Amino acid sequence: MSSTLINWFKFSSPATFYPLAGRMARGFAWTAAVLIIIGLYMSFFVAPTDYKQGEGYRIIFVHVPAAWMSMLIYLVMAGWSFIGLTFNTRLSSMLATALAPTGALFTFIALWTGAFWGKPMWGTWWVWDARLTSELILLFLYIGFIALHSSIEDARRADRASAILCLVGAINIPVIHFSVKWWNTLHQGASVSVSSGSSMSTIMLLTMLIMTLGFWAYAISVALSRVRCIILERERESTWVKELVRENKHV
Amino acid sequence: MTTFFEMGGYALYVWPSFGVTAVVMALEPFLLRRRKAFVVRRIQRMIRMNETRQ
Repeated sequence: MSSTLINWFKFSSPATFYPLAGRMARGFAWTAAVLIIIGLYMSFFVAPTDYKQGEGYRIIFVHVPAAWMSMLIYLVMAGWSFIGLTFNTRLSSMLATALAPTGALFTFIALWTGAFWGKPMWGTWWVWDARLTSELILLFLYIGFIALHSSIEDARRADRASAILCLVGAINIPVIHFSVKWWNTLHQGASVSVSSGSSMSTIMLLTMLIMTLGFWAYAISVALSRVRCIILERERESTWVKELVRENKHV
Repeated sequence: MTTFFEMGGYALYVWPSFGVTAVVMALEPFLLRRRKAFVVRRIQRMIRMNETRQ
């Protein structure tokens, strides 16, 4: 392989990935902080008041990015689970495991903010609408993944079992995405779509995209920090981890 | 300033949404920091035990 190309397989070893993940986690943490501060400022002071929903619509700036992240993280998790199953790489499974709690938290945020948006606009905290129900199933899938993984003692067996659960559950993602099209229920249709563009004002859309990028950077940073914990926990018996901790290079 | 916090009458819905999101996104990195410190302490203990045994 030519020297200009990065040898990606080199990073599939936890020992080489650990320091890289640390640097990346810090970089993404700063990116997230800057983007979210700009996004929050725009959410409250730049984006105009909605002509129909007044100031109440501002919940959209956390609701939609969180809901997008809840689905995106699941897809990335399924991707790493698949790679972990087929190539039998430890690190891929560790990455899948590291993403699950963050995905679950974003799903919770999407449901929570959705309830606080639904109450004033629809008059109810919760309905068994297709979009809401499939998002709740997503939360259960995340919790199931975490519970299954932690219930199996042997880490590699836990990786395989939860990877299969994750891949089977991935069917729920297109269901969430198309639920507002397939079933005509309470949740509104997509405001932003790849095929037909956006039905929102440019400034609102821009604010939402900045918040989404901020959440995205946050998720990467947190997942990388968690995978570093998982690496230390699982490889604690190995010489390289002991060397790392002895030389205080684990930070 | 008060008009800002009133959120046009939607304060009861807007602030819990943003507030809980902020709490969750602050708590997660904090808990991870603790988890990391815990693992590192455990490994340090293991190293010390091995050294005293030798």
